[in-house]
Amino acid sequence: MPEPAGAANPENSVWRIAGRLKLVFLFAALAVLPYLLSYSQQEIAVLLVVNVLLVCSYRLMTLTGEWSLGHVVIMGVGAYASALLSKRLGMPVPVSMLAGGIVAAGTSAILSFPLFRMKGFYFLIGSFAAGEIIRLIWKRFTDPFGGPKGLKRIDAFPDIDTGFLSIDFYEPVNYYFLALVVVSASLFVLYRIERSRIGLTFHAIHWQDRLAESVGVDTFRYRTLAFVIASFFAGIAGGLYGHYVGAVNPTRFGVDQMVYVLVWAIVGGTATFHGPILGVVVLTVINEIVLRGLGLDTVRPLIYGAILILSVLYLPDGLESVGPRLRAWVQRRRAGPAAAGGGAA
Amino acid sequence: MDLLWQTAINAMYAASYMALIAVGLVMIFGVMGVINFAHGELYMVGAYCVVFLYAHEKFPFFLAVAAGLIFVGIVGLVMERAMFRPLRDNPLGGLIASIGFLLILQTLAVLGFGRRMGHVPPATQGKIEIFGAILTYQRLFVIVAAILLLAALWAFLKRSKFGWALRACAQDAEAAALQGISMNQTARVAMFIGAALAGVAGALTAPLVSPTPYIGHSIIVTAFIIIIVGGIGSLEGAVIAAVLYAFVHTFVTTFFDGVIANIVGLALMLAVLVVRPTGLFGAKERA
Repeated sequence: MPEPAGAANPENSVWRIAGRLKLVFLFAALAVLPYLLSYSQQEIAVLLVVNVLLVCSYRLMTLTGEWSLGHVVIMGVGAYASALLSKRLGMPVPVSMLAGGIVAAGTSAILSFPLFRMKGFYFLIGSFAAGEIIRLIWKRFTDPFGGPKGLKRIDAFPDIDTGFLSIDFYEPVNYYFLALVVVSASLFVLYRIERSRIGLTFHAIHWQDRLAESVGVDTFRYRTLAFVIASFFAGIAGGLYGHYVGAVNPTRFGVDQMVYVLVWAIVGGTATFHGPILGVVVLTVINEIVLRGLGLDTVRPLIYGAILILSVLYLPDGLESVGPRLRAWVQRRRAGPAAAGGGAA
Repeated sequence: MDLLWQTAINAMYAASYMALIAVGLVMIFGVMGVINFAHGELYMVGAYCVVFLYAHEKFPFFLAVAAGLIFVGIVGLVMERAMFRPLRDNPLGGLIASIGFLLILQTLAVLGFGRRMGHVPPATQGKIEIFGAILTYQRLFVIVAAILLLAALWAFLKRSKFGWALRACAQDAEAAALQGISMNQTARVAMFIGAALAGVAGALTAPLVSPTPYIGHSIIVTAFIIIIVGGIGSLEGAVIAAVLYAFVHTFVTTFFDGVIANIVGLALMLAVLVVRPTGLFGAKERA
């Protein structure tokens, strides 16, 4: 990680302030954004914010080096759990969302026993199988999961009405801000986890699992921990999704959706925290604004597939590597003529 | 008793096409070290070759099947050249690229034939009775073709010089290259055979399954289960696991229902992964 120059550097505090300012600007832009969009674009913005949480939680799991194909199903577990808890048990929606995250985390804690006996390809396919089993259970058991049609008329997020201030969360703008708050808080937690001792251990397991084990790291436990934390936030994303859209079904959490998450993460790059966010934002903008605008709805998967192949072939480090690469290129260009001029003189 | 025997015959048919698909997937993995996620879509392309040539253009059925075999094999060659060769040192990249390729094939099928099921009339109405159980010729073709093709493949791999080279590559690519075996050449052949086997399975079963552009999904799930149970690099394991899985799946479908059968199949695979991650017939050290 290219940290800003060391603590001895007097400019350090300036950089820090600049970094904070950047964050302030970012949030200001995000606050203004929905007012610049049309109604349907506002709806897309809500889903985009939810997907940011989904893909960032996915990245936390990939830190240990394991790629799961069940992450979207885990998101679905959160969505189903939250919907059922509020519908059947009358739990207030904010509480049920949190409970959905906990159920998702619990599910993956149980799944980790068979799954983390495997690594690499075997884990990939094992997680795929586990996810398919969960989806088939939703399909097969109509009570309580609603079968192939899924759950409908999921309770909406309750309105806030204090007389003085009333917020109706049916409005995409208001839900956008709700999601923004929840997702920002979650991203902050994810970021802190990555920078903590635990996060460093995840990195160690990824690059040197035998070595990590030899110095006393229980790799199984840490892999499970990454899986469970990632699943908790995926479950929260599921709750946010379910109570916004109002309906969930097994197809919505199918392997196609998982492919999209993979594409976002891969195209963005997973080496940095912002890589997957970059991926999901750029591709969603291309997808929703450019392709939908051109009326190319049926060929969208084809273009996604082509982007995926091309980025694996030509941009293996993702979009996140474009900035540093450009900077290096510009520096070389700048250094080039100067050096040549010096030689001529 | 009759039902049991009939179900066993049905399971033999299922085992035949599943074995073709799984063996193709194992061939590709063995030589190139990449899991081809688009394998189900290769099956789908084979099926649509028959939809187009046989059902629409009225060519003879077996000509359409042969065309499907060759066409899908060529699609495999394209995949090898465009994706798997540049990504040889990056198996995860190869897998992800094949997911991209899957989306492309699916979309092309939707564009060419629409989302609905393609209807393919049976090539013949004939059927035979074996001790009271009925086997249509259409299904018999699949069984016979699977046995012939797999026997031919076995002979090719074990008896011909090129087959030796191919197996050497699968065992240790670097050592094989040092003996003057061309990696590109073997990869091309393995990819052609692997893809063509999936294609011919799709072509032969097209009249029996009414293909849709999304049929590849259930196919790849089945194929994964089989290669995991059989051991991911083992051709013999894939055949045996295909038979095993086909019998379990067909019997559970007949006596319970299809979704339960899928759950049982997946649970079976998870159990094998937990107890013996290298599969029932896999090499010891692959983990």
